[in-house]
Amino acid sequence: MRRWTWRYAPAGVFLLGVVALWQAAVEVFDIQPYLLPGPGRVWTAFLEVRGVLPGHIRTTMTEAVLGLAWACVAGAMTAALLAGFAPLRRAVYPLLVISQNIPMIVMAPLIVVWFGFGIMPKVLVVALIGFFPIVVSTTDGLLRAEGDLVELARSYGAGRLQVLRTILIPSAVPAFFAGLQISATYAVLGAVIAEWVGASSGLGLFITRSQTAFRADRVFVAVVVIAAVSILLFAMVHLAARLAMPWQYAQHTQAGALTETPTRSNASSRKDVR
Amino acid sequence: MTATDARPARAPEAPPGPPGDATPEAILVRGVSLTYGGETPVHALADVDLTVQQGQFASLVGPSGCGKSTLLRVLAGLAPPEAGPGVEVRVDGQDARERPGLAAFKPQRDLLLPWRRTLGNAALGAELSGIPRAQAREQARTLLGRFGLEGFERAWPAQLSGGMRQRLALLRTFLAPRRVLLLDEPFGALDALTRRDMQEWLQEVWTEDQRTALLVTHDVEEALMLSDVVFVMSHRPGRILARIEVDLPRPRGLETTASAEFGALKAEVLRTLAAGRSPGSTQP
Repeated sequence: MRRWTWRYAPAGVFLLGVVALWQAAVEVFDIQPYLLPGPGRVWTAFLEVRGVLPGHIRTTMTEAVLGLAWACVAGAMTAALLAGFAPLRRAVYPLLVISQNIPMIVMAPLIVVWFGFGIMPKVLVVALIGFFPIVVSTTDGLLRAEGDLVELARSYGAGRLQVLRTILIPSAVPAFFAGLQISATYAVLGAVIAEWVGASSGLGLFITRSQTAFRADRVFVAVVVIAAVSILLFAMVHLAARLAMPWQYAQHTQAGALTETPTRSNASSRKDVR
Repeated sequence: MTATDARPARAPEAPPGPPGDATPEAILVRGVSLTYGGETPVHALADVDLTVQQGQFASLVGPSGCGKSTLLRVLAGLAPPEAGPGVEVRVDGQDARERPGLAAFKPQRDLLLPWRRTLGNAALGAELSGIPRAQAREQARTLLGRFGLEGFERAWPAQLSGGMRQRLALLRTFLAPRRVLLLDEPFGALDALTRRDMQEWLQEVWTEDQRTALLVTHDVEEALMLSDVVFVMSHRPGRILARIEVDLPRPRGLETTASAEFGALKAEVLRTLAAGRSPGSTQP
């Protein structure tokens, strides 16, 4: 508990300082609330809208989680194909990298035009954003699986599928989660961008409405909520990683404390000398 | 003492596993040469002949980089030898060329899977050989004590000491349902004391097991401690310089290493090794 306090205390103090400075600046320079509301005003706005927020959060979160899930499925499967077939990898990989330079903010309206105003285009935008980091990282993880481990499995007569299942996939799990963590940080943002274009619910819609009403204080509420929701999603992914890779988080101190167990104690024949 | 016709003291018994079309030679190598390609081709093996009888413990001794490990990889079906008339590689009576899975192979590194606990790692070889997972793990569990891993069923490899990791890798090798074991420097990375303990322990485990084993080592004493027969290899490209029978009584311990016979055998192996290094018999 104390260690936690010490670890996060500086960041907390700094944040409080920034908020205090912000409030002071707004009051001293008499800034109009539609330009920059002070923290106090943002808090009041939060209390006003707290009734409608959970609905918006639920929508956005659903889109983000569903989109991420699709990104995981499609990303992992694409990575397996790319890692397994070199010609395919050479053909597709450059296109994948180039596709990352297409700004999602441009693509989002098109996707909405193509797929309508329901939840589907939002999920698709999140999935498209999340897809790339997962593919790149997982492909890399599959290709970097240790050759000696693959050879060991082959020496026991394992076929291609057995090697994939026992060696390659488990080797790539850490890389997959590394990619997923990056995707998760962009997922909420992706959902919000897609909601700007057109939605009936969600934090993106809430921001658009607040902006058209010149309620900058409510925009700030949305910003804080989006940040909080993103952190929550990131924490969920982190938890999933921990559950999926217990060996990465196991206590390693034990090895140092271990002394060689005397094998002879359970050996059948008696030791003659010493 | 050497090159006598005396068979090893132990009578070769029926090894575990299905009774195949067993020939007396568990391992048969004839005329095997191998050159690694690449920018600078490496001539690793030159016309190697070697046979190990069913149930024997054999060792392959030679200087580092002489192709010992390569020969083991050939036997494991992982490295194809050069084709040619009269070339034969047989493990348990079957052609092992480019056919992995005939022998249980223990590479030099322990190669434990970091994502499997002790039991899972121990059962890997058996599992990949088609034994159902639960059954493989049950077999592993019964042998944990014998391999000094009792109480560490649920440990991750990273939580085990160096000696335990090697014993676990050996357990994995022993659990594979194969009649031939190929062991590449299993104790290479261990400190001298642990190494000595492990040698005596391996001797005990193997005596109970009675499987054919081919051990690669550069430690002459280790080879003499454990083996019925020692093959001495030359510097690269590896050739078999001598086949030395070791019919010292078992179990062998510290007293054995202090005996005169042991000393004589050791001197002979070292002499052969030195002769293999002399100019003319090696390439630069």
